[in-house]
Amino acid sequence: MKNLILTTALLALTAGAAAAQTVRMGTEGAYPPYNFINDAGEVDGFERELGDQLCEMAGLTCEWVTTDWDGIIPNLQSGNYDTIIAGMSITAERDEVIDFTQNYIPPASSAYMALDAGADIKGGVIAAQTGTIQAGYVAESGATLVEYATPDETVAAVRNGEADAVFADKDYLAPILAESGGQFSWAGEDVQLGGGVGMGLRESDTELKGKFDAAISAMKADGSLNALIVKWFGSDVATF
Amino acid sequence: MFAFCADPASLEGYSWLICYLTTGKHLDFYWSFVTVLTLLAVTAPTALAFGFGGAMAARSPLLPLRLLGQIYTGMVRGIPDIVFFLFFVIALDQGIEWLVHQLRCPEWTDPIRNGLEFRVCPEAKVPNNSAPQVWHSLYGFALAVVTFALVFGAFAANVLFGAMQAVPRAQLETAEAYGMSPRQVFRRVLVPQMWVYALPGLSNLWMILIKATPLLFLLGVQDIVYWARELGGSKTSAYDYPHPDWRLYYFLGLLVFYLLMTKMSERVLARVQTRLSHGQATASGEAQRRAEA
Amino acid sequence: MSCMEIIADYGLRSLGIGERLLPRSDFTLCHQFTLIGSGLIWNIYFGFLALVFGFFAANAIALAKSARSPWARKPAEWFIFVFRGSPLFIQFFLAYEALVLLPRAGFEIPLGFITVTLETSWLSKAWAGALIVLFLNTAAYSAEIFYGALRSIPKGDLEAADAYGLTGWAKFRRVQWPTMLRLAWPAYTNEAIFLFHATTLVFFSGFPAFRQQGDALYYASYFVDKTFNPFVPYPIVAFYFILLTLALIGLFGIINKRLNRHLPSNARAKFKLRPQIIR
Repeated sequence: MKNLILTTALLALTAGAAAAQTVRMGTEGAYPPYNFINDAGEVDGFERELGDQLCEMAGLTCEWVTTDWDGIIPNLQSGNYDTIIAGMSITAERDEVIDFTQNYIPPASSAYMALDAGADIKGGVIAAQTGTIQAGYVAESGATLVEYATPDETVAAVRNGEADAVFADKDYLAPILAESGGQFSWAGEDVQLGGGVGMGLRESDTELKGKFDAAISAMKADGSLNALIVKWFGSDVATF
Repeated sequence: MFAFCADPASLEGYSWLICYLTTGKHLDFYWSFVTVLTLLAVTAPTALAFGFGGAMAARSPLLPLRLLGQIYTGMVRGIPDIVFFLFFVIALDQGIEWLVHQLRCPEWTDPIRNGLEFRVCPEAKVPNNSAPQVWHSLYGFALAVVTFALVFGAFAANVLFGAMQAVPRAQLETAEAYGMSPRQVFRRVLVPQMWVYALPGLSNLWMILIKATPLLFLLGVQDIVYWARELGGSKTSAYDYPHPDWRLYYFLGLLVFYLLMTKMSERVLARVQTRLSHGQATASGEAQRRAEA
Repeated sequence: MSCMEIIADYGLRSLGIGERLLPRSDFTLCHQFTLIGSGLIWNIYFGFLALVFGFFAANAIALAKSARSPWARKPAEWFIFVFRGSPLFIQFFLAYEALVLLPRAGFEIPLGFITVTLETSWLSKAWAGALIVLFLNTAAYSAEIFYGALRSIPKGDLEAADAYGLTGWAKFRRVQWPTMLRLAWPAYTNEAIFLFHATTLVFFSGFPAFRQQGDALYYASYFVDKTFNPFVPYPIVAFYFILLTLALIGLFGIINKRLNRHLPSNARAKFKLRPQIIR
């Protein structure tokens, strides 16, 4: 009897296999303005708008899924979703295990944000999110790296004095700095890291990659991608 | 949710708070309490069933079965549960999809494991990619239940094994003297009598289970810890309701929730213990008999 | 690079000795075993110190809980309830959030002729903050175990003590305390095992890792993050913990034997798993 119920449940779960394939988009949902969960509880942000537009152009039905940054690549590998669209910078290290589309955000700056501009970013304590290219950079820079699981906690660490500065994508830090009422300021020079932000896919999904690449090219060509970048990140960031 | 919440930026004071606490995100947060309670309600009997199987295997006269039961019960002792949770869910998920793949796509020739990539035919995806999100959440929830039940089933097996050993030998011998077969002795005497000995251990297990639920977010379920972190983090004006870091308050709320759960459970379990002890040949059963006499 | 060199470079990495940078490519099994093993030092540090301090605190709290005066009993009951009734995960988180709220510069305590500055910034570091939480936690769990044991001391033992004219401190030290310890030991062994398991939560919630110095699970997740393969590092952690658990069972077994040395061999407390003390 139990077996029967189990099989029917499995059948129900896998029913509709013949219907059009849905592409599941994996994101973190904690990295505004790239992607975040808005107050209605839905995925929102630059990548939500971009992803929906790309899916429409490529004629795909898309579904949004959120996951921890920690497990974002293993979960892609085991097929829990089909793309990573989570502000993920293209790096050689990641490119070895997954494939990237062409970048949809040009190589962007990472920046140090601190309570005062003179903070010691070479030898002080620098907060970064675990498993980001910024964390790797800080570990090599000679500063003391202190790691947190979410981007939000890295900023909180600077605010409460646990770290001297936070090192992250400038686009992520900019709105926080702007709204801090003068509490935060930039420290040191901006740093160029990674090859821009792209969508991550499984290496075997070449067909899907082709579709998204074509859609991104089209958006770059007609300028709508630039318009979208300006809408979410402001007019003084790099565009294509 | 309310009409006056249409423009959050213009709100102040209590109306801001009311609107803030009734956003869609907060409703998700409140729902996640239901998720956690459901998980407890589903996992407890499942774990008990696993534990029963484990205890029976550990008592089995067959050596391989007995070894299996002992390895299962010994396993949770050596390995921290969090380590289990971290890789077991992915392994279980892949295992299920592999099985479905074997059933549905026998003519599929591409390798399933390609480097680190795990790829089954589209028909074998559980649940199917195009299935509504509800099914994906349910599937994730089911994986979490099975994982929890496996770990806590091993604990339950320990408790039940001990309880079965604790049933007075004389009671079993009496049953045998009445001409019952070993199977009948097990069903009619051993199992009904063991509960009073198992209950203290099982009560503890229940408390442990309650306190393990914050680890649910490791299994990819959007539970109360996930939402408390998400909601409590400081918000810029990209959100409708910007606020500083409020995680401390959200986690204090969770603390109160867990303390209440513990207190309530303690009350209920104490009552069950009194009822089960009635007429038993134990100290508390004896105390009850004396009080009545 | 041979495995010996890797061990020399990374064997004590979790303490900040050896290579400054973690390996970034060519992850061999040797790398993973070495670094995760090096992280285990922290698990042992947390587990051992919390256990030692917790043991003494637990004795005091158990006595307070069995005291007649409500002034001693009530605080002990509440302490035990709060720490046993809530998940350790949430305790870690709250402790970290509360500890970082302490003023960075420390407290200034004027002592008339001199002002003493009480440093507080070290409290939010894992080595101190997490240790305090684990200490309080294990103190609460052990106190409950000891309290239960105190209450189940056979009546005859106490009467015998009275008959010998033992009272007060002497009665406690020579009769009550040894018996309590003997009765509580099997359950206390389990508490010790689960305390060590619980140390894996330190860097997983709340407390951040400085200079990439973390515990076994921290390095395991570092490797998962780099190799994108969870099926090697986590089982290595599991392997180390099985060894650690076996060592603990051995150690506590020896003490158990000593506690029971005066009893006939068939009456000795058998060690059984009573999983009342996971968090």
